[in-house]
Amino acid sequence: MSMTLLYVQTLNGLQLGVLLFLIAAGLTLVFGVMDFINLAHGVQYMIGAYLAAMFTALTGNFFYGLALALPSALAFGLLLEFLIFRHLYDRDHLDQVLATFGIILFLNQAVKVVWGAAPLSVPIPDVLSGSIRLMDGLLYPVYRLAIIGSGLAIAVLLGILVSRTRIGMLVRAGASNAPMVSALGVDIGKLFMIVFGFGAMLAGFAGAMVAPILSVEPGMGDNLLILTFVVIVIGGIGSVRGAFIAAILVGLVDTLGRVFGPQVLRALMDPSAASQAGRALAPMLTYILMAAILFFRPGGLFPAKK
Amino acid sequence: MFAKTKMLLPAALLALSSGALMAQEKVKVGIMVTLSGPPAVLGQQARDGFNLAVKTLGGKLGGINAEVIVVDDELKPDVAVGKVKGLLERDQVNFVVGPIFSNVLQAIHKPVVDSNAFLISPNAGTSNFAGAQCNANFYVTSYQNDQNHEVLGKYAQDKGFKKLFLMAPNYQAGRDALAGVKRHFKGEIVAEVYTPLGQLDFSAELAQIAAAKPDALFTFMPGGMGVNLVRQYRQAGLADAIPFLSAFTVDESTLPAQKEAAVGFFGGANWAPDMKNPQSEAFVKAYEAAYNSVPGTYAMQAYDAAMLIDAAIRSAGGKLGNKDAIRAGLRKADFKSLRGNFKMGHNGYPIQDFYLVQAVPRPDGKFQTSIRQKIFENYVDVYAKDCKLPK
Repeated sequence: MSMTLLYVQTLNGLQLGVLLFLIAAGLTLVFGVMDFINLAHGVQYMIGAYLAAMFTALTGNFFYGLALALPSALAFGLLLEFLIFRHLYDRDHLDQVLATFGIILFLNQAVKVVWGAAPLSVPIPDVLSGSIRLMDGLLYPVYRLAIIGSGLAIAVLLGILVSRTRIGMLVRAGASNAPMVSALGVDIGKLFMIVFGFGAMLAGFAGAMVAPILSVEPGMGDNLLILTFVVIVIGGIGSVRGAFIAAILVGLVDTLGRVFGPQVLRALMDPSAASQAGRALAPMLTYILMAAILFFRPGGLFPAKK
Repeated sequence: MFAKTKMLLPAALLALSSGALMAQEKVKVGIMVTLSGPPAVLGQQARDGFNLAVKTLGGKLGGINAEVIVVDDELKPDVAVGKVKGLLERDQVNFVVGPIFSNVLQAIHKPVVDSNAFLISPNAGTSNFAGAQCNANFYVTSYQNDQNHEVLGKYAQDKGFKKLFLMAPNYQAGRDALAGVKRHFKGEIVAEVYTPLGQLDFSAELAQIAAAKPDALFTFMPGGMGVNLVRQYRQAGLADAIPFLSAFTVDESTLPAQKEAAVGFFGGANWAPDMKNPQSEAFVKAYEAAYNSVPGTYAMQAYDAAMLIDAAIRSAGGKLGNKDAIRAGLRKADFKSLRGNFKMGHNGYPIQDFYLVQAVPRPDGKFQTSIRQKIFENYVDVYAKDCKLPK
């Protein structure tokens, strides 16, 4: 295994990690602050991608499309909150899981009614359409670097927002003890709404950003949702910093494990057994990581202080 | 309102009485395909292809008025079994046409072949039902699943490729696909990569492919996975360096999303929309006019399924009750297939030609696959020899 391949794969892992972070940031806040399990968070990622695809097709420019998709994703998140989620905050987790699972089914079918069942594609914007040669025979699209860059930028902004601003302070306080925040005269309902809408917009942003490299299709958020839950559990529920570290960790472990795991195994056992075992082990790696971290730190890496 | 009812009433009575009199004079077909979830496009093509055939035949099959009932198997074998029993017991269908996916086929095969109806698969063709478990009430108008992959293995071998990189999703069909390629390719397999089913970002695998420097890539990535892989393969600059060989990855169901990214990529198929024969040309024209999309093999095979049923009823003299005569008609398959050369093998799987196809742009801005060269002629699947039915 060459060093260049290792660098390239690390970059790939970083990209997955950043993507996971964008989705996980909203989810961990919603879960941490409101104690609300939102399985439909992955659907908001899908909606973001569809909105970006639609607006890009309408305006003929990805950046206009993105600029229109973000407020629409926010508005859609707020609409969902107003119509459905608001009525679920006081219910127990099972009710929330059932209701939000229903929303997944409903919206996955709904996008098919609106946009059709066939996957949609969004062209890479011209400014970012170049690529750099990272290793012999392989071009790395600049656009993927842009995803990493924008994800990191949002991570920094979010970090400042949560740790340095008044609203961030309220969010952190809400994650630790929501009834107390409410008792101190903060309109917790409004806080919840802001957090929820913001989380939906971040997930929508992630969806819009990947639209040019992944196909936009019904159910595209479902697979990522599971990994996202792994991320917030590893990171500690309610912690944005934890979500960031965990997302990068999961992204790297998943990518590097999948690629180099079978090669490491091949050094230990005969090739066919190694490929058998590698095939079975690679998808399990992130869950093994989660189990190991929870064994030593049951609250995750950076649990919100209760 | 009243006037309408008055006019309708005698008509309804007439229909009722004639319906009671000619209870046998209607052929009922249940179509069970996947119409929900990401792979719904395939099911829609099959449904539309079948309906188009019935429309072309004047709403009749074998000269008898046809009633087509469409159900969605949701790509869930347990749901499919429940719904297929509904078709058999409640609707009393004469034929079940379906499914698209092999795991659904495994589930509905027994309930249908043990009933009074025939099962015609317009797509799924698993190895077990082609071989030892073949059944005289089961017919396939598509192919045996391995065959499309074998086309690429044979092509790679004939072309003199020395090193092949194989990649497929980690599930039964993926492993079967790679086995199919290896049946004819004798060169070196530099890597055999299995990705999680449903993976959409292939950046890690693309780096591996670039590092391995194979003569060609063979992959089987149906549906959305294929759309993503093809676009990312192009973005990574591999498209011009390493030929892209695939099956069920670049076809009319995925090309609307892959567009230019897939142009020049190779596939294996039993038909393509530019097949040169009058019936195929007429079909493509009618399908595009009716559904505003390019028909793929899914639509073609379902169209042929309707034509097969039509021919079978015709050869049985329209006697739906005579199952032996219908069965003989299905086996004889006396119809003009859209793919031209078509015979029904003794195991109920077709004997047909296979082609190397390539994705090309069309003048109208859409994309389709185009036949490049014939790879197999009158090709019998490798499992047919295990089938004990009379030849």
